Amino acid sequence: MILRRLRAPLILLIVLMSVSVLGLTLAPGQDEHGNVQYLSFFHAFYFISYTATTIGFGEIPYSFSDEQRLWVVVSIYLSVVGWAYTLGSVFSLLSDRSLQQAIATQRFVRAVRRLREPFYLVCGYGETGRLICSALERMGLRSVVIEIDEARVGEIELHSFSADVPALCADASSPETLKYAGLTHPHCAGVIALTNQDATNLAIAIAARLLAPKLPALCRAEHRETAANMASFGTRHIINPFERFGETLALALHAPAASQLLRWLAGLPGSTVERRRDPPRGHWIVCGHGRFGRSMVDAMDAEDLPVTIIDRNPLPDGTHRWVHGDGTGADALREAGVLQATGIVAGTSSDVDNLSIAVTARELNPGLFVILRQNQSANQALFDAFESDIAVLPSEIIAHECLAILGTPLLAPFLREVRQRDETWCAAQLERLAGRLGWTVPEVWSERVNLTRSPALYRRLMQGEHLTLDTLLRSPTDRSSTLDCEVLYLDRDDDDHLLMPAGSTVLRAGDELLLAGTRHARNDLALNLANEHTLEYLVTGKELPGGWIWERLSRDSRRPMKPLLP
Amino acid sequence: MNLEKVIFGFFIVLAATLNFGFFVGDIDNPAHHDVYELFAALVVSLIATVLKFGDRTQIGAVHLSTSLVADLQLIAAAMVWGYAAHVSAAGLSPEMVSRIVSLSGGALFANIVSVIILIAETIMQRR
Repeated sequence: MILRRLRAPLILLIVLMSVSVLGLTLAPGQDEHGNVQYLSFFHAFYFISYTATTIGFGEIPYSFSDEQRLWVVVSIYLSVVGWAYTLGSVFSLLSDRSLQQAIATQRFVRAVRRLREPFYLVCGYGETGRLICSALERMGLRSVVIEIDEARVGEIELHSFSADVPALCADASSPETLKYAGLTHPHCAGVIALTNQDATNLAIAIAARLLAPKLPALCRAEHRETAANMASFGTRHIINPFERFGETLALALHAPAASQLLRWLAGLPGSTVERRRDPPRGHWIVCGHGRFGRSMVDAMDAEDLPVTIIDRNPLPDGTHRWVHGDGTGADALREAGVLQATGIVAGTSSDVDNLSIAVTARELNPGLFVILRQNQSANQALFDAFESDIAVLPSEIIAHECLAILGTPLLAPFLREVRQRDETWCAAQLERLAGRLGWTVPEVWSERVNLTRSPALYRRLMQGEHLTLDTLLRSPTDRSSTLDCEVLYLDRDDDDHLLMPAGSTVLRAGDELLLAGTRHARNDLALNLANEHTLEYLVTGKELPGGWIWERLSRDSRRPMKPLLP
Repeated sequence: MNLEKVIFGFFIVLAATLNFGFFVGDIDNPAHHDVYELFAALVVSLIATVLKFGDRTQIGAVHLSTSLVADLQLIAAAMVWGYAAHVSAAGLSPEMVSRIVSLSGGALFANIVSVIILIAETIMQRR
């Protein structure tokens, strides 16, 4: 295509150059003795080359005759125009938008094809996408991004990811684009659809289902219909931020201790969980009956709490009290009974309105429990300044949910299990765990007993040894001290699972563990599981000799198996 | 009648004929080989090459490659001529002339292949 468009300028250039050279060889000149001399092709080509490119060295080999100068004047104008035209078309071709787009796409496709490690395909680089890409990088995973907004694609290049993140500016709903981005690539580990458009997310979900049925797909869906549609063809993880928060709120209303425990375990790593006050049971006001407001009302209904809804378009349904207005003014709030209410939800789609509602309501009733919906993370400073009881940022909820699914697949069954336990159990566990590990959100990770993840442990188990959790969760430098981590959940191959297994539990090959603890403990445990020498030390208290010769020498004395320490 | 095809065929055949015209004659006799004809053959061959740009078919690719071979040979011949006429002390000796002509003979072969492909392509279309 490029060459075809360069055809005309190139032919013109060749013709003009050859005409000039030919003419110059035919024009008679004179040497210093007055003999008639013709320029040879070599000299003519040399002269025209430096004249046409506007370098201009002078007349060679002798001063030109007037005939020659006449022709040179003609050829100067011919060749300069020819060069200008050719260079102009080359540059306009290179700066052509469609060509640049094609080159960028080519480069992207090549970068994706060359990936030789697991990567996630992230569609949509908004606030959520940014959080996810950074977190994936921290987890040591690569990501590939498709984003429709060019400015945001540029942002990826500016954001200094330590590993290259290939990004393409294109519409992710097209299957062709998804294929370019590596949907069918053997190393693709999953698809994460986070675009603002539910329709696009739906298109990605169905493309992933049909083109790569084995890949896990994480899809954001903000409308219930979309979520139902995705579920109908078997999308594995559908994330509706409002629904998710509704569930969390319902749990907090219903079982405060369980909700505290969940918050501590599933918070963003590194953040500190304060003991906040639990949402009170009583009369609630919900401002804004959109997607968020609706799921809040559902959560309250499930707990049989009386709700008053303030909205610009009231839709009386017989079960709730409706007030016409937008909640930003004191009148509508008073009418809704803010003075007697225990809590208020500011859930409109405008951050300014939400803050205004919250400030007005607090002034009228300082004891109110305030749940604030934050739409833009750019407004973080405002939301920090107003001390709400709970601030809900949808992009954070989605990012958080995605990371929990990707990083620790065992967390979901564990949390499900926790929800079914009673309040006193949850409170006791929280006290115990937080007392040991502190109130900062701990690292939560999974370990699997197999040959690749924990070779040393696996070999010992295969030899028929019995090892307990207590033996393993010890410091590799001093076996009398325990590691700062706890096993939360143990999943066995035969569908058996243990919640908070005791230290005397015997491990089996194929077990999967969910642990919570410090980063330091995580590294130590990884060493214990993978390094034979460390494991030997933990089990027997003896340093295993390193190297073949020492192993050979010590083999005989080691033969009689020592009784295992508890 | 397609004007593009006419121009295309014209340049390919002209490149071959000019090349042939330069090539015929005693191989080491400067009088039989005119430098203007070499110049014309080179220019026409370059134009023919550019005309073949951008054809994505298999036959187009072979066309382009034969033309590139012809260009290369002719440029080499022109450079030998430039060296002989201006740089070497002996000037256009029979030895040099035979080098130039044999290089252009190689180019002639490439040009003939080009013409054969052109004919084959035309016959294939049967229109």
